[in-house]
Amino acid sequence: MEPAGQRNDTIALSRNALAGLVNAIKLDGFAVFGPTVRDGAIVYDHLDSLEDLPIGVTDKLAPGHYRLAPREDHALFGHHVGPHSLRREFLIPVATLFRARRTPQGFAQIEEPPPARKLALFGVRPCDLAAVAIQDRVLLNDAYRDTDYAARRHGVLVIAANCTQAGGTCFCASMNTGPEARAGFDLALTELDDDTIVCTIGSDVGRALVQRVEHVPASDQLLERARLLLNDAATHMGRTMDPHGLRDLLATTLEHPRWDDIASRCLGCANCTLSCPTCFCTSMEDMTSLDGTEASRLRRWDSCFTVAFSYVHGGAVRPSLKARYRQWLTHKLGSWHDQFGSSGCVGCGRCITWCPVGIDLTEEITALRQPGGS
Amino acid sequence: MHPVVPQPTPITRVTKELSDTFSIHLDVSARGFSYRPGQFNMLYLFGVGEVPISISGDREQGQELVHTIRAVGGVTRPMRTLKTGDFVGLRGPYGTYWPMEEAHGKDLLIAAGGLGLAPLRPAIVHALTHRDRYRRVIVLYGARSPDELLFLKEVERWRGRMDTEVAVTVDHAGDDWFGHVGVVTALVPRATFEAKDTVAFVCGPEVMIRFTVRELERRGVSREAIWVSMERSMKCAIGHCGHCQYGSHFVCKDGPVYRFDRLAPIFHVREV
Repeated sequence: MEPAGQRNDTIALSRNALAGLVNAIKLDGFAVFGPTVRDGAIVYDHLDSLEDLPIGVTDKLAPGHYRLAPREDHALFGHHVGPHSLRREFLIPVATLFRARRTPQGFAQIEEPPPARKLALFGVRPCDLAAVAIQDRVLLNDAYRDTDYAARRHGVLVIAANCTQAGGTCFCASMNTGPEARAGFDLALTELDDDTIVCTIGSDVGRALVQRVEHVPASDQLLERARLLLNDAATHMGRTMDPHGLRDLLATTLEHPRWDDIASRCLGCANCTLSCPTCFCTSMEDMTSLDGTEASRLRRWDSCFTVAFSYVHGGAVRPSLKARYRQWLTHKLGSWHDQFGSSGCVGCGRCITWCPVGIDLTEEITALRQPGGS
Repeated sequence: MHPVVPQPTPITRVTKELSDTFSIHLDVSARGFSYRPGQFNMLYLFGVGEVPISISGDREQGQELVHTIRAVGGVTRPMRTLKTGDFVGLRGPYGTYWPMEEAHGKDLLIAAGGLGLAPLRPAIVHALTHRDRYRRVIVLYGARSPDELLFLKEVERWRGRMDTEVAVTVDHAGDDWFGHVGVVTALVPRATFEAKDTVAFVCGPEVMIRFTVRELERRGVSREAIWVSMERSMKCAIGHCGHCQYGSHFVCKDGPVYRFDRLAPIFHVREV
């Protein structure tokens, strides 16, 4: 994603041309990943063609509720966000970080080439792109660099799909990450209701790519139609949350009675952390081959909702569910600012949708803003 | 290379410290290794796992790095079988350190509880080696019982010095113990130091830190002059895994050594 010489120029292309664009990307040797229907959900997975997108399908999102539903039109991007985020592609669920062979001098590392895959993300959502930028700050731009993450992030082609409708648990407009992608893409698409695609060019790679399919400069009229759709999505978010002052709020309400109330509902299942696109907690597992001559170290997703997560000899630091939920929310919306200069929340709403008891962090923040704390 | 890859490092010596505690001495002359008192390393046992262990060795010794380990977990228990000539994986050093220069020209009070003496030992040795940089040097050390006193010979040597006040206490003891009985915090009111001109380093179980800080504040030592070392679960030590989060800190990189005023807002909140 090299920055373009001229940023933010826009073109218009037909649905057929967009199909051609997918083929052009594939011809360049990219594996194309994007939203597709699988097992009753819209997930990010391999796309062979434009036809693999969730055409004629949408998703109904509510606290603790996710269902697919038919659409009357055949929109390519008439859906919201499913359980997968882009984190699965970069901070992969299980990664081998280190392998070694036992030797007389202790052990010798078995060097392996870094993971190499030409990956194109097609039709990914602005909130998910914002989440990638947040994970980059943690894993690439802090004191140490996760080389596995870095290799998977390198050279990824990004075709974003702006959201022209908002889901029942969406609040990206509150978190300023959507419904229009502003950075981190080569191309960003806005689908209009007559199949016209308005496309913003975000990089020289994106510019070169669109040269390979038929397109015209976007007229003012088309741009205005796109703007109205995006504006409509922004003003019809299923949820809202005022992000201002959250850092201070959460630093000063650690003893608020609301935490007990949340703990009485929370199951501690960790769904919120596993569906969150920015959660980065991992654990490391060391193991040997059966004959003991080789060892490997895996990095695995972990969750602050497990008791074992904070275990030191003698016991867990956060044995109560109240403390574990508080840890998650105060980090996500509060102390993340201190550590990484932004909120850890992009407003994708997955933690609300996938919570089996429908705990809604926007509602909890409203409650924490009421007096009651000490 | 991924930053969590350990380097094989030979063991030059293993010494038994207590019934469940031992020290391993590592030869780091091949690569050179510098650290500051209070920092820690990740030690890796081939195929078994990795643990954060503070450096308890004397930095003036140079080529050798000492780690004092209590065998309490799935990695530290099998580490008891390590012997001279074996190898462990090493990466580090990590974390913040005891700010020795903060105490220059002042009274330096060091309070340790139990195994908390291990990360403080390099600071004590450094202070005694450069004794003229400090005014009074006071070491307060508490353990559960006389046979759980760490580095006993060395503590006795420190106590024999005329320029250093060393007070040792145990929670409970038999008839053959002639020293203090009680918690280490009870030694604070009896120690001789100018509260306004004192820098304190405190390490031990969290409850010991809590009460020691309270006694120090009661004597008039400000929070800005008290430094404590925190312990949390750690997997990566590079600020990526999240396990050691404590408020807005990752203890592996923002700690383990903190000026107490920076922790004060969360220190008394349970289960942060």
